[in-house]
Amino acid sequence: MSPKELRADGFKTLEQFIKQFEDKESALIKVLYEAQHIFGYLSKEVMLFIADKLEVPASKIYGVVTFYSYFTTEPKGRCQIKVCMGTACFVRGADQLSRQLENQLKLKMGETSDDLKYSLDSLRCVGACGLAPVVLVNDKVYGKVEVDDISKIIQDSEV
Amino acid sequence: MKKIATYKDLADAYVRWQPLMALRQEAVHAGAERHELLVCGGTGCQSSRSMELLHNLEAEIKAAGLEKKAVAHVTGCFGFCEKGPIVKVFPDDVFYVEVTPADAKDIVHDHLVNNILVERLLYEDPAKPGCHLEKQHDMSFYKKQERIALINCGLINPELFEEYVAVEGYQALAKCLQDMSPTDVSDAIKNSGLRGRGGGGFPAGVKWEIAGKQPGPEKYMICNADEGDPGAFMDRSILEGDPHSVIEGMIIAAYAIGASQGYVYIRAEYPLAVQRLQRAVDQAKEAGLLGDKILGSNFSFELEVKFGAGAFVCGEETALLRSIEGGRGEPTSKPPFPAEKGLYGKPTVINNVETLANVPQIMRRGPAWFSAIGSEKSKGTKVFALAGKINNVGLVEVPMGITLREIIYDIGGGIKNNKQFKAVQTGGPSGGCIPAADLDIAIDYDTLVAKGSMMGSGGMIVMDEDNCMVDIARFYLDFTMEESCGKCTPCRVGNKRIHEMLTEITEGRGTMEHLEKLANLSSVIKDTALCGLGQTAPNPVLSTLKYFYDEYVAHVRDKRCPAGVCVKLLNYVIGDACIGCGLCSRGCPVSCITGEKRKHHTIDQARCIKCGACETVCPVKAVVRSK
Ligand SMILES: Cc1cc2nc3c(=O)[nH]c(=O)nc-3n(C[C@H](O)[C@H](O)[C@H](O)COP(=O)(O)O)c2cc1C
Ligand code: SF4
Ligand code: SF4
Ligand code: SF4
Ligand code: FES
Repeated sequence: MSPKELRADGFKTLEQFIKQFEDKESALIKVLYEAQHIFGYLSKEVMLFIADKLEVPASKIYGVVTFYSYFTTEPKGRCQIKVCMGTACFVRGADQLSRQLENQLKLKMGETSDDLKYSLDSLRCVGACGLAPVVLVNDKVYGKVEVDDISKIIQDSEV
Repeated sequence: MKKIATYKDLADAYVRWQPLMALRQEAVHAGAERHELLVCGGTGCQSSRSMELLHNLEAEIKAAGLEKKAVAHVTGCFGFCEKGPIVKVFPDDVFYVEVTPADAKDIVHDHLVNNILVERLLYEDPAKPGCHLEKQHDMSFYKKQERIALINCGLINPELFEEYVAVEGYQALAKCLQDMSPTDVSDAIKNSGLRGRGGGGFPAGVKWEIAGKQPGPEKYMICNADEGDPGAFMDRSILEGDPHSVIEGMIIAAYAIGASQGYVYIRAEYPLAVQRLQRAVDQAKEAGLLGDKILGSNFSFELEVKFGAGAFVCGEETALLRSIEGGRGEPTSKPPFPAEKGLYGKPTVINNVETLANVPQIMRRGPAWFSAIGSEKSKGTKVFALAGKINNVGLVEVPMGITLREIIYDIGGGIKNNKQFKAVQTGGPSGGCIPAADLDIAIDYDTLVAKGSMMGSGGMIVMDEDNCMVDIARFYLDFTMEESCGKCTPCRVGNKRIHEMLTEITEGRGTMEHLEKLANLSSVIKDTALCGLGQTAPNPVLSTLKYFYDEYVAHVRDKRCPAGVCVKLLNYVIGDACIGCGLCSRGCPVSCITGEKRKHHTIDQARCIKCGACETVCPVKAVVRSK
């Protein structure tokens, strides 16, 4: 499918998903969750579409999207590198990993590279504190990471 | 599935499924005919490829032709995450640690076929090197633990409804519906002394009683599974390892207060917990344990799973209610308390996951049994997520009133790499740091508060000499500042100011005046912020100021970070290993590194902005940070 068809398809899936809810207002978070799952991020177009279908003001949608850190209004890189900044990882040196990643990828935390190849983010506790400090690449978990492992992790993520 | 529509159906199901647990509950004996292998399937162990291990065990069992004699399945967290993935073999009761997918072959061949223990996978007693322990209860990690909320984690397969019924699941519910009035139930919980495990420690039975007394037919029961403390993972582990116990606890609570609709509010970032919980809810619905006229009684209750989306403040109960209603999770002032006016303005009880997981056990074994455990004012046990610079990272459930020293040294096995203990942080971003001098206090809700910390949800992070306490305070404020909803000024502006001051101190721009201002501003915020997030946010600052004042002074007056953490107070220097490749000087953004080709390079400290780029690029690690 072409990107355009893919998008149209995404909107169809989303509309189907929305239809199942009777109480539209309280379903908002679930809908946004699904929408982000489909499109990767919540663009203005997607937010307006949801506002229309749920019959909620777009301002409210925007208010909710920006309130919760799970939602993003910007596209993310194909390779999403996330450093756990939960307390267990922090006390075991996670900030040194972040610094190393920032230096090597030439990105700051929360940024995405212009070519949409990488994005770098932090998150709070993935529940693998026994493996602290933890780095996630897409959904793969790297545990007990040391500063010297970072180059290898970036290399691995390229394939 | 056949419906469990009456008390008799439940009793029959128990008899029918009880044999499922036979091997696991049987008296220990080696050389058994049949075996069961339990593999930890919690988030932590799955990250260490435990599902691949399970798959390999199944394949090896098949290859050895043992399908009739052995099965492998997944179970919830054993708690000993440091040594994961764990495989427990029944009925021999052998506990293998740090098992990799490649070890599956030896476990099946040596243990199952030839009846020889796989020595190298046994836990080595740190006190007696070379001495291998095969039984879980012989390990110092488990000796002082007592499992109530975690009783089924690491015992049953959380995906099988039958196994929960086989460990007397839903019998507490049957007892409540059959023999007790709603008031009897809240009285029993009141008498047990169970206090909320989500942070505040409010007596659960009292909350139920208040909500139960409210007029009107429409009430709600909510389980708070938001678990916002970064570094706590007990609620997730309970939901992953024993979801039905939480559901049963919720139905019992709903009966006590007269709610017919319930919600579990869970973070969407916990995919495995969401999946196991949703499956358990579906199973309970299918069996008829959720829905109309449960077990043939007149009581009906529906349950739905709701997602949170990564906002710490949504763990606060009033914010949680706004989030379930579909809006921004901003707290509202109390009173009115949710028990009087909660979801959609109706009486609502909100309880934490762990609180609810205790309920079925209490109702089955009786309030007196529960209240005999723990300390004078805090009954029962508490699950702690022990992490940080500790040898045995994991989930531990201990009776209230145990000392910090017992948890950290006996259970936790002491500090990693024989370093010096510095502090233990409890209560997450709302809590405080407790120094070595207080290791012998018996911990419960009240003693922790008296020490300037709190129980919180049970995060327990151990810090050693390499951690900088000012930096830790800054870390927590960074968290609360980011998570502040912004509704009230003391929190939105005040905590931001505190964070700024801490940053200035860690960057060498602090003055003694900063320290005074920090203390003053902290107490103003505590008094004036609208919700618990803002009110407790200064705790990490106040407790570190109180117990580690010297470290603050070193940063401010001597411009020195004693732990060697605060980068801006360190110097980057080039050591003897330098080969003169010049990479660092080309990469330095302020061009402050000089040196001839193939000769030792030097950094001009006056101009260095301490960005760390040189350390990153140096191929021979010649650039080091000195305190
Ligand atoms: C900022 C903030 C975050 C909270 N986060 C949680 C949480 O993640 N889980 C939880 O159970 N309670 C949390 N609480 C406590 C809840 O407001 C509430 O007291 C608790 O869920 C009640 O249940 P319990 O009485 O069973 O502990 C939080 C409170 C505050 C102020
Ligand atoms: S204290 Fe903070 S989180 Fe709570 S209402 Fe005020 S601004 Fe929001
Ligand atoms: S830390 Fe940065 S500014 Fe300082 S010498 Fe190294 S590269 Fe240059
Ligand atoms: S990069 Fe390392 S080896 Fe090369 S000149 Fe700099 S300090 Fe010396
Ligand atoms: S703090 Fe990083 S996994 Fe828990």
